[in-house]
Amino acid sequence: MNGSLFVNFPFIVVALLLALGFYTIGFKRNLIKVVIGVEILEGAVNMFIVALGYVKGGYAPIYTQAPQEAVGKMVLPTPQALTLTSIVIGVAVTALMLAFAVNIYRHYGTLDVTRVRRLRG
Amino acid sequence: MTTTIIKTTTRLLAPLILVFGSYIILHGHLTPGGGFQGGAVFASGLILLIVANVRDKVQELFEKTPLTQLESLGALGFLGIGLLGLMSYTFLKNAIANSGFLFGGTTPQGINPGYLNTGGTLSYLNIFVGTKVLAGLTSIILIFFLILRRERDEW
Amino acid sequence: MRKALGLFAFLAFVLFLFAAAISLRPFGEPPHAEMDSYFIEHAQEEASANNVVTSVVFDYRGFDTLGEATVLFTAVSGVLMALRHYGGKEK
Repeated sequence: MNGSLFVNFPFIVVALLLALGFYTIGFKRNLIKVVIGVEILEGAVNMFIVALGYVKGGYAPIYTQAPQEAVGKMVLPTPQALTLTSIVIGVAVTALMLAFAVNIYRHYGTLDVTRVRRLRG
Repeated sequence: MTTTIIKTTTRLLAPLILVFGSYIILHGHLTPGGGFQGGAVFASGLILLIVANVRDKVQELFEKTPLTQLESLGALGFLGIGLLGLMSYTFLKNAIANSGFLFGGTTPQGINPGYLNTGGTLSYLNIFVGTKVLAGLTSIILIFFLILRRERDEW
Repeated sequence: MRKALGLFAFLAFVLFLFAAAISLRPFGEPPHAEMDSYFIEHAQEEASANNVVTSVVFDYRGFDTLGEATVLFTAVSGVLMALRHYGGKEK
């Protein structure tokens, strides 16, 4: 344990979002709700990557009209760059999942996960 | 969602959103933002235009815009700028910075108000990636809208 | 029976997640990063941009951005291919 329990508050929020995402994927029967669960998981992972690069009392890593004491204490810029890529890939995966959900509905007539298992047609 | 309130709001709001998205793309090397973020904002302006109209009007608005060609132009432009650095350096090297070409000024060290003439290959890559992202996101929503077949206004 | 077993496994996993979140490195004190110090110091003279994050994305790590642009292109073409037959007089 590190001091009081609320020093790592962003990490506790990330763990909560991960638990919500896994619950929605594993215990819901509608296909659109499963897609929403995957999106919640992707948001939690992006938040974790950004929260890893914070320096206490740091400023944004931009030199345009920054305050005078920001030159030496800047937040690490590399996790923010990796999160940009991750967000765009999440958008692409969600678009493909929704297109396949439309196709499943046209083929089977239902969106229930327990009833689209048989390879028909 | 083709009610009267949304149609009136779209007529006032959509040009402002498009201008704001272009500002974010162009000033990517000075303020927070860049190619991907500005492309997403520009695509939201176009998606607002798609959502607020019935199907025939959307087809009339979007038949002339070459969305797939814009996306291919963005991808090929990225590769072309990357091959530009291959002449005497490595692939994707910033060969335009600190030279005399269109976006190639020098940045003073330390804290300064931003100058638009700097950036090197960063500014060109911002424009190409912004074009690619807006064409891609708009064509995804357009193909989902054409399935829905909204024929008449709602009320 | 199966649902009770699934719920029990899920609760054990959630407890593991909270225990891991509490015992991480304290928030706000990253280990000493030499690469990021180099990026912050030399971004204005090598990439001539005020924005250090954009210079990392497009100049120092431009190859990852090329891969991501390819992923976006593939996903858009995949969506347009999967929904081919619908839409009547589509564009």
